[in-house]
Amino acid sequence: MPTTVPAHGNDAAGRLTELADVTASDSALRRFLHGLPGVDAVGLEARAASLGTRSIKTTAKAYAIDLAISMIDLTTLEGADTPGKVRALAAKAVNPDPTDRTSPRTAAVCVYPDMVATAKAALTGTDVKVASVATAFPAGRAALPVKLADTRDAIAAGADEIDMVIDRGAFLAGRYMDVFEEIRAVKAECGDKARLKVIFETGELSTYDNIRRASWIGMLAGADFIKTSTGKVAVNATPSNTLLMLEAVRDFRALTGVQVGVKPAGGIRTTKDAIKFLVLVNETVGEEWLDNHWFRFGASSLLNDLLMQRQKLSTGRYSGPDYVTVD
Amino acid sequence: MSFTYAPAPESRSVVDIAPSYGLFIDGEFTEATGGKVFKTVSPSSEEVLSEVAHGSAEDVDRAVKAARKAFEKWSALPGSERAKYLFRIARIIQERSRELAVLETLDNGKPIKETRDADLPLVAAHFFYYAGWADKLDHAGYGANPRPLGVAGQVIPWNFPLLMLAWKIAPALATGNTVVLKPAETTPLSALFFADICRQAGLPKGVVNIVTGDGTTGAALVAHEGVNKVAFTGSTAVGKAIARTVAGSDKKLTLELGGKGANIVFDDAPIDQAVEGIVQGIFFNQGQVCCAGSRLLVQESIQDELLDSLKRRLSTLRLGDPLDKNTDIGAINSAEQLARITELADSGEAEGAERWAPACELPEAGYWFAPTLFTNVTQAHRIAREEIFGPVLSVLSFRTPAEAVAKANNSQYGLSAGIWTEKGSRMLAVASKLRAGVVWANTFNKFDPTSPFGGFKESGFGREGGRHGLEAYLDV
Repeated sequence: MPTTVPAHGNDAAGRLTELADVTASDSALRRFLHGLPGVDAVGLEARAASLGTRSIKTTAKAYAIDLAISMIDLTTLEGADTPGKVRALAAKAVNPDPTDRTSPRTAAVCVYPDMVATAKAALTGTDVKVASVATAFPAGRAALPVKLADTRDAIAAGADEIDMVIDRGAFLAGRYMDVFEEIRAVKAECGDKARLKVIFETGELSTYDNIRRASWIGMLAGADFIKTSTGKVAVNATPSNTLLMLEAVRDFRALTGVQVGVKPAGGIRTTKDAIKFLVLVNETVGEEWLDNHWFRFGASSLLNDLLMQRQKLSTGRYSGPDYVTVD
Repeated sequence: MSFTYAPAPESRSVVDIAPSYGLFIDGEFTEATGGKVFKTVSPSSEEVLSEVAHGSAEDVDRAVKAARKAFEKWSALPGSERAKYLFRIARIIQERSRELAVLETLDNGKPIKETRDADLPLVAAHFFYYAGWADKLDHAGYGANPRPLGVAGQVIPWNFPLLMLAWKIAPALATGNTVVLKPAETTPLSALFFADICRQAGLPKGVVNIVTGDGTTGAALVAHEGVNKVAFTGSTAVGKAIARTVAGSDKKLTLELGGKGANIVFDDAPIDQAVEGIVQGIFFNQGQVCCAGSRLLVQESIQDELLDSLKRRLSTLRLGDPLDKNTDIGAINSAEQLARITELADSGEAEGAERWAPACELPEAGYWFAPTLFTNVTQAHRIAREEIFGPVLSVLSFRTPAEAVAKANNSQYGLSAGIWTEKGSRMLAVASKLRAGVVWANTFNKFDPTSPFGGFKESGFGREGGRHGLEAYLDV
């Protein structure tokens, strides 16, 4: 197995050129993607469900809760977002539990591009990152120059991470090369200034085979993270699609040595759910991914549930929603 | 820091095991004639769980007579009335499933995850399923009003004690037979708890009788003149002895014996799910499954890739305390079985196959065997031909579908097989050529009461489960 390098950096670029023949033409890319092993949906879902029965208690639960908090991209992506809302969220990211300052910080705050400057100002001096969605999120229905300008704006305003959406229309029409080229262009825009998360909107890709192919397109194009969904459609992150994407980053690293992160987003609301995802990470790719550099949760309400469970573990009783902050 | 799972043991307090148990004959627990007893131990700790009566030939005779006496009224009941008892038993099993799961795990050594999520739900489902048949026998395809046989003598193995009991008792009662059942020597407890469930359900006396004991007890049962039907699940050697015993009598016989199932993985298989299926095929219940996928036949072009994935997956299996909810691999059922697995695995090495097992610490007390796989296995090796009945996988390769079929069928057994491919036409073409009672496609070790189960060749004859399962208990 080749030595491991992160997807973000020059080493990775070198590794990817070794696979240049795969992405040399539309037909080569199609042959490669359709040559990936198929996914048996029943088997995949059975495996995800069986890992969901792991019983995580006491010390293991405490560890998992703190790890989950540290992996959250605390997110607000509403048309109604205001600078005040973003500043409140930033403050919460830095001090999630006002009654217990030992709580870990979240990994990042995730906002729309026009809120990046506000978030950045609120988080300066902390290690909490600013992530910005871009490329005409969530539909991605805009021309490439618009998407690139969107990305450029966010980075100029101080974004450390860019969450882009792929062109699902192009993907479903079989124009894989267009999807690949677009991700590459956004990656070039990010350069060494920002890490790139590539959102597939798995609910719209609809089949597991498609999710595996999209994962490989994203990784071949230089994604630092592959991310399930926007949180704006009916089906978002599920244990099954996240398990499949974990298998994809595992296989990609085995082939190229390049390590890529995974971010399930949308629909993960309880501690119990979050722990199930951490078990998936632990038993599929192992502890090298059990770090917020390699695994994130795109979530907002999840944080309060984690905090309430954390308080329960430390005090022995349930506190209730008035003991965590409403944002 | 790594994500280490804290112990998560299921509580033992939900089950109350008595220090001793008698035989269940004619609705009462009674001592064995002569008062002989034997101990049953927990294979994961060697702790003695209870003392159980050792049934003699006289006890078997008492039980058969009780069953004969009960048969008259039981068989005369309308099917809908028999169904009520079966539905009641099924519901009590569901209500007591946690208790029974813990009990089964203690007595057998298998992980609580399996007794809780596989054994017990299937046991209840089997009773529910055959309860539904009891008043529909006219429509089962055997003509109007098919008649029961009489007294069924049933001998079951230790690998799925309660599930095998369900497979035997549910169809027998639904069709109007009465039963004398002998559970395995190393796992008598769940059958005795089932006797209590029969009382709880108000089942008439003598309809179900449980006689515990060893091989001699079982031999006395199958040889008894008052038995009209013999059903046995267990080893091929014992099955042959039973066939000789009943030869020349008018007893109806079904045998469900050993296997050496081939799990065939083609190069277009869904690899990650195939790996899960291989694990499920051979490490479910520590491989102590007659239909285990103990031979992996993998297409040469993907052999290395598949074995890498499989080894990585085996390294994540969690072996240990069977009562821990996170345990994947429990204990081997007995010292005797452990010795047999060890001997066969050693023969694999001696004959030139390459042995591999993940780093895995075995507990000191109890009977344990690490999940093991052998590569460079040929058809001539003992580990490719003999049933190991343990967590040992023999890996062979093939180049063409024809070769895969030839190798899969090249066995004295024919109980199960698996096919892994994303190509439907290949799946159907290969399945039709395999000489095995069950062929799973893109899955393995999936059971359902509606599906008939049974063997070809030395894996036995007769079918259990489904509509086919009724035939073994009807005079047709």
